[in-house]
Amino acid sequence: MDLTALLLSRIQFGSTIAFHIIFPSFSIGLAAWLTVLEALHLWTRRPTYRLIFEFWLKIFGIAFGLGVVSGIVMAFQFGTNWSVLARMSGPIQGPLLSYETFTAFTLEASFFGILLFGRSRVPPWFYLFSTAMVALGTSLSAFWIMANNTWMQVPIGYAMENGQFVPNDWTQITLNPVLWVRFPHMVLAAYLTGAFCAAATGAWYLLRGIFSAEARVMLRMGLYFAAVLLPAQLVFGHFNGDYIHHYQPAKFAAIEGRWHDEQPASEVLVGIPDETAETNHYAISIPVLGSLIASMSLDSKEVGLTDFPPEDRPPVAIPFFSFRIMVGCWAIMLLIAWFGSYLIHKGRIEHYRLLLWATFLSFPLPFIAILSGWVTAEVGRQPWVVYGVLRTADAMTPFLSTQTVLVSLAVYCIVYTFIFTFGTYYIYRLLRAGPVGSMGLPPIGAVPNRPMSVINEQRATPISGHLSAGE
Amino acid sequence: MVMFWVSVLAISILLYIFLDGFDLGIGILFGLTGSEERRRAMMSAVAPIWDGNETWLVVAGVVLWGAFPVVYATLFSAFYLPLLVMLAGLILRGVAFEYRNKTERLRWIWDAGFAGGSLVAAFTQGLMVGALVEGLPIANGHYTGGDFGWFSPFAVLCGVGLCLGYALLGACWLVKKCEAEIRESAYRLIPYLAVGLFVFLIVVFAYALAQHLRVIDLWLERPYLFAFPAVGAIAALVAASSFRHHQDSVPFYMGALIFAAAFGTLAISFWPYMIPFSITIYEAAAPHSSLAFMFWGEGLFVFPLMLLYTVISYTVFRGKLKSSETHY
Ligand code: HDD
Ligand code: HEM
Ligand code: HEM
Repeated sequence: MDLTALLLSRIQFGSTIAFHIIFPSFSIGLAAWLTVLEALHLWTRRPTYRLIFEFWLKIFGIAFGLGVVSGIVMAFQFGTNWSVLARMSGPIQGPLLSYETFTAFTLEASFFGILLFGRSRVPPWFYLFSTAMVALGTSLSAFWIMANNTWMQVPIGYAMENGQFVPNDWTQITLNPVLWVRFPHMVLAAYLTGAFCAAATGAWYLLRGIFSAEARVMLRMGLYFAAVLLPAQLVFGHFNGDYIHHYQPAKFAAIEGRWHDEQPASEVLVGIPDETAETNHYAISIPVLGSLIASMSLDSKEVGLTDFPPEDRPPVAIPFFSFRIMVGCWAIMLLIAWFGSYLIHKGRIEHYRLLLWATFLSFPLPFIAILSGWVTAEVGRQPWVVYGVLRTADAMTPFLSTQTVLVSLAVYCIVYTFIFTFGTYYIYRLLRAGPVGSMGLPPIGAVPNRPMSVINEQRATPISGHLSAGE
Repeated sequence: MVMFWVSVLAISILLYIFLDGFDLGIGILFGLTGSEERRRAMMSAVAPIWDGNETWLVVAGVVLWGAFPVVYATLFSAFYLPLLVMLAGLILRGVAFEYRNKTERLRWIWDAGFAGGSLVAAFTQGLMVGALVEGLPIANGHYTGGDFGWFSPFAVLCGVGLCLGYALLGACWLVKKCEAEIRESAYRLIPYLAVGLFVFLIVVFAYALAQHLRVIDLWLERPYLFAFPAVGAIAALVAASSFRHHQDSVPFYMGALIFAAAFGTLAISFWPYMIPFSITIYEAAAPHSSLAFMFWGEGLFVFPLMLLYTVISYTVFRGKLKSSETHY
């Protein structure tokens, strides 16, 4: 088999899904935030909440739309590039993925439509209910995808028959304890994304001295929410590490940069792993901490990479660094969220322009953490695609030629760059214009399937007075 | 259980052909018109529903994977390049709906994307069906044709044919949905498209006879199959008469009926093969536990809901578009 076609397929899969995951994590987070806003509005009746709600709803529309477009490609790629995997694991992954699509469809079809166009037609409590159902729906969608991926990471509940994975216990597959630590970790990550985007937008308006009332609400809610979520994320992150330690020791060793068995093990904080010399350069490590983190003991023995034959080891440097990037993002976010919350509590935040700037500039952090988290999980499990059972190299469509994948990779890159550039530009334009006006009447020809059309019409309404105030 | 999922799959594919068929068709016709006014009218005749239409493609895709993994894996990898082109086409035409109104200067890009994307998507779909009918190179249940194993003059012919067919459906939809000028011009187009499609069918048939494709034998073995083309022919006659009397909504339904007849002919003549002459439905089906897992949730509850929703959204959007509405 051709190694280059394999490499290109991996690059293609990794980059299209990395592109895709940006939008779902944003929309899962936003949906939850919208629910909170709507509930607060019903409770307190403050118009500010309503205004912020309408504003973020529009952005939600774009993110959701781009998530759908890029998700369709994902559903095809298993068959095109990974046909051996698709054939073998179809009986398990196929049903899980089809549940995702069916969930998404019903969600779009029903409650999302009410969200966009039903404000004046349904009672307020039902509107709130619809918002909550959209939030639930996006999270459910994520659940099925995580179930799918978790089964590939820790395959259980199946038997091998005629070269296929035949499911024999769906309860095990869907109630896999590993899934129940990974799914919360992912959902928390998405909520953090929502919180930080809201806080950053608030900070941006405060820095520009506009929409102060709304900006304060966004900043306060965003930072408070993040301040609570971040410790929880640490806990689930730790559980994630626990499961890897148990099920995927090679990945764990790669993340830790541990080459040889150690007892008690030390923890490498930073360093540069060297795969040929099987050691780390410029490493700074703390003795005993490694055993403490991995096994909650002071003298446990921890395995190193050299216990595994080289063909069963993952690339080391990538998960090593991506894990540290994720944890680094967590630390910076924690700093901003806690310090910011403290200042808000004291009522002094608007005098600390430096912190406002930091908050404003922090919005990429959750995205970076999510991407690097996935890279850790996915690269770290190599060379397996179904862990311990099916190697990535054997999962590829056997007759795929290098030129073909090169063509498809180029096409995806061009098309994605194209739509991504415009999509982000429109989101930027909305953010810049700020929370002005309300959705008003639904535009003609707009339906729930086409959230982006709402935004078109919005521009046509006379809000230019507000707009110039924002410039 | 297997039969249940065959039906779900068949319904999804058929719905996809009807629904996305006419909206891709309109995209193709869109490329043929120059005036901004007409283009807007055409866009707004499909804008509210195109996305729902395309969802049926995803539904068909994931049902195929879950219920018939072998077919999913074989076909999707065999059709690597056509699928890539189709997806790129669908993405470009999809975003065109949203983006063309956000710019004046760059509108031509999105217009080109809309027309080109629709054309390319329709063509590749026809191509793949053609390749399937002719028979893909498959040995021991594995595709052996390499990058271009799907390519053949027959497949290309079918690609062109499907473009014509979709364009015809599109024109019928315009007649049904629109008024005045746009309706008139669609009426003028229909005879040409219909004649083109007719010629295409004759050529395909002749080719199939000349090449002695296996389908022909099957038809001779199963004469009851001719009921389907007969239904198609009757539908064509009804369409022609309604066309003469300018009964606006009849041609579309008849067009859809013709497509259904064609689909039925193909599906039943290949029975019980799913990939003609190499993989049968029973060989392809996922194990019972997978089918049952899907059945108790999405099959029993979600799928009917989706059908209901499709009906409702078309009911809401029924009737003619008023010209004031076409400002979209
Ligand atoms: C349902 C399955 C699934 C899900 C939800 C994800 N992945 Fe994945 N990923 C795969 C299934 C997979 C795979 C099919 O198993 C790949 C393809 C080839 C491979 O090595 O594993 C893979 C590879 C892969 C690679 C290349 C690794 C390598 O080849 O060394 C990267 C960088 C990512 N993924 C990143 C992601 C990101 C950012 C995701 C966030 C959503 C993600 N994956 C979700
Ligand atoms: C192999 C990986 C993935 C595949 C094949 C995939 C597939 C899809 C598809 C086909 C859609 C569009 C659904 C529609 O037609 O409406 C979609 C959207 C979405 N996906 Fe993914 N996806 C993947 C990864 C992920 C991950 C990792 C998450 C989150 C944890 C996720 C969450 C979502 C959400 C929330 C949406 C948008 C909202 C929706 O339509 O449900 N997806 N995905
Ligand atoms: C100190 C804090 C954190 C720790 C200890 C931690 C730990 C981990 C570990 C060990 C993994 C690998 C799981 C696997 O291989 O399956 C992981 C994955 C991941 N992390 Fe974190 N994490 C932390 C913070 C964060 C933050 C702040 C985010 C995002 C905002 C995040 C998002 C993700 C994502 C999206 C994944 C991939 C999904 C998964 O495998 O579950 N993490 N994390």
